[in-house]
Amino acid sequence: MREYLLGNVAIARGVLEAGAGLAAGYPGTPSSEIIDTLSGIASRYDIHVEWSVNEKAALEVAIGGSWAGTRSVATMKHVGLNVAADPFMTLAYLGVDAGLVIVSADDPYCHSSQNEQDTRRYAQFASVPCLDPADPQEARDMTIYAFDLSERFSVPVLLRPTTRVSHARSDVETGEIPEGRRRGRGFRKDPARRVSLPVNARVLHRALIDKQRDIERELESAPWNRLMLRGDVGVIASGIAGLYAEEALANLGADLSLLRIGTYPAPSRMIEEIVKNTSKVMVVEELEPVVEEMVEIVARRCNPELEILGKGSGDIPRAGELDLITVRNAIARMLGMSVTVPEDIPSTEIVPPRPPSLCPGCGHRAAYYAMRKAFGKDAIYTNDIGCYTIGISMGTVDTCLCMGASITIGSGIRFGGDERPICCCIGDSTFLHAGMTGLLNAAYNKSRMTVAILDNSTTAMTGHQPHPGTGVTATGEDTVRISMEGIAKALGAGHVECVDPYNLEESVDAFTRARDFPGLSVVISRAPCRILLRRKGEGFRRYRVTDECVGCRQCVEFNCPAIEFDERASINQLCTGCGVCAQICPKGAIEVVK
Amino acid sequence: MRTSKCDIVIVGVGGQGVILISEIIGRAALRAGIPVRAAETHGMAQRGGSVINHTRLGCVYGPMVPEGGADILLALEPAEVLRYGRYLSRGGVALVNTKPVLPTTVTTGQFRYPDIEEILAPLRGVARVIAMNATEIAERAGNPQTTNIVMLGAMSRFMPIEEALILDALRDSVPGKYIDVNMRAFELGKAEVSG
Ligand code: SF4
Ligand code: SF4
Repeated sequence: MREYLLGNVAIARGVLEAGAGLAAGYPGTPSSEIIDTLSGIASRYDIHVEWSVNEKAALEVAIGGSWAGTRSVATMKHVGLNVAADPFMTLAYLGVDAGLVIVSADDPYCHSSQNEQDTRRYAQFASVPCLDPADPQEARDMTIYAFDLSERFSVPVLLRPTTRVSHARSDVETGEIPEGRRRGRGFRKDPARRVSLPVNARVLHRALIDKQRDIERELESAPWNRLMLRGDVGVIASGIAGLYAEEALANLGADLSLLRIGTYPAPSRMIEEIVKNTSKVMVVEELEPVVEEMVEIVARRCNPELEILGKGSGDIPRAGELDLITVRNAIARMLGMSVTVPEDIPSTEIVPPRPPSLCPGCGHRAAYYAMRKAFGKDAIYTNDIGCYTIGISMGTVDTCLCMGASITIGSGIRFGGDERPICCCIGDSTFLHAGMTGLLNAAYNKSRMTVAILDNSTTAMTGHQPHPGTGVTATGEDTVRISMEGIAKALGAGHVECVDPYNLEESVDAFTRARDFPGLSVVISRAPCRILLRRKGEGFRRYRVTDECVGCRQCVEFNCPAIEFDERASINQLCTGCGVCAQICPKGAIEVVK
Repeated sequence: MRTSKCDIVIVGVGGQGVILISEIIGRAALRAGIPVRAAETHGMAQRGGSVINHTRLGCVYGPMVPEGGADILLALEPAEVLRYGRYLSRGGVALVNTKPVLPTTVTTGQFRYPDIEEILAPLRGVARVIAMNATEIAERAGNPQTTNIVMLGAMSRFMPIEEALILDALRDSVPGKYIDVNMRAFELGKAEVSG
């Protein structure tokens, strides 16, 4: 059947078609829609679908699934694989039982990420095969193939879509979804391959190395590696760059030799073939020069005279994402053809910037406002990963590194000798993902600072997935609802309180008490995400500005997108009625619309 | 050589329903048997930021429209049409909703929001510009949330897909109780463009 599918939905489809019985992941753009899709239809099939607490947990659950004989998949964004790197690196030694696929979605250009690391490097690092789809069709096809490959060689297999694959949509040919049992026969005891004692690990490492050649040979004949020899000049391109290269060649009317690569380890025989038959090649790939390095190695042996253009020569950028024009111009330059420079539209500089902003009525904005009142502008605000990072314009985001780092970096700044007040901000989902360890560490090592848990009762940025604080699972079943207060106390915080950020005065008082506490304090600022509330059908009050307004701009400083200013303030239809601006206005000029 | 039959860029502000337009076009293309490739903005920019969506009809390559390559640039917000004006091809069409959504950089007084004419004039040198207050038209249709469908109706005049197929895809893409108002929005939008 032909369907119009988002890349991530195509991957979910592949997971189902391959008969997988377990899927676990942690949300992260651009990977989230894979589990979102599976969780929505899990009840129709014999499949366990979960949002795990973090990527390490997700991968380990998937490993257990595989070892129980059930085809399993773990999904995450590229930086999530860093969190899961510990199980990942040794898993390659121990191997799988039923097929195990790890989807790690890369984000060239950091559309929604803190870095643009290349998952293909992880594949090399761990000696694990990696598939690099160019579009949603390949993403679906490769997912199915990956389970087979994993079983054939008893290795986990990485699938590495990029943003432009995961969040691309195209017509996709799909197949049958098998009905019936998906769970395996259960765990089989086999200590030599399941227990990574040194005595076993030494043997398994050698076996993993020995497998590489066979894996490469198998991948060489996969349909996503395609070689067309057409003369002396060639292009070698990987994943989505292969599509850019093909389109560029069609645009330019240039008939060059072309090798498209979709699997890693890269197909060395095909590379050898094109290297031997050309005098000049351009290597086109996003991010790291993985293929380019391989071409250099092969050329040293088979054609030392070969001129290799790519990242090394400065023709293809190593940072950011590629696109048609970049690739077309690089190839045109190589051929001595003229390059295309898109026309500049005059006066685009009059367009005002439109950075993402916290939603109207967002509880994070209110919490930041109160926090800043209590801590002042000199305090240090370590921050974390989530919607709340968008609040940077409010002066309460001084650092953002990786999941959970707000608390640990805050401790480090204190112990590094800075005596100013420190307030670490972390969201509820991020706290449960990687913040609890930091809080425990801070308590144990007697860190004197405040941790603000900005609890919006969801994982908002990635599309409102549930987590253990919400009391529901990925598939919508009721489950234990853990208490943030309980956790904070159990981990050793000396002062814990919970506030409603929409009550400005109480909130400022709570942050002030936390600031003055001579130890580790935690403030849980709780206000469910406005988007979530709207989806649940909650209607909002609206506020308006009366004639009492004197134009002092104090409400404008609150940065709510619903507040406009033109000599006097006014409130537009985006207002969701949080009421904070009315508490800020010194003239009492903001009131509820009756 | 031309590698796509019709390249469309849809821009707006996170939350305006940019993706829905592309979904409808894609489903319509599927019905018409035309290959289609699209690229969407998810994640951080969706929070009130500037969003861009690429849709390529009759294309089997990458999902992004090259700069200078859009046959149609559809903007749900006027400032966004100029921000992404560089995507327009010479001789293309720009369809613009003239109702601004002010960014916080304007509401807080750091930047000025330009007049509509200042925005449209530079584009007129490149493409045919069709401007309408689609938000007001959507209100007339019965729901301002259908602004995106008003613009889709206007765009239907320029797309290489039969209108009936677009309407089928529209019906498939919105909840049952909203079909009528969406149909009205589509018709009103279409009527804004003289054939
Ligand atoms: S009540 Fe005020 S601060 Fe809250 S959403 Fe409305 S305009 Fe914004
Ligand atoms: S804070 Fe009150 S008085 Fe000051 S500009 Fe806003 S509405 Fe007007």
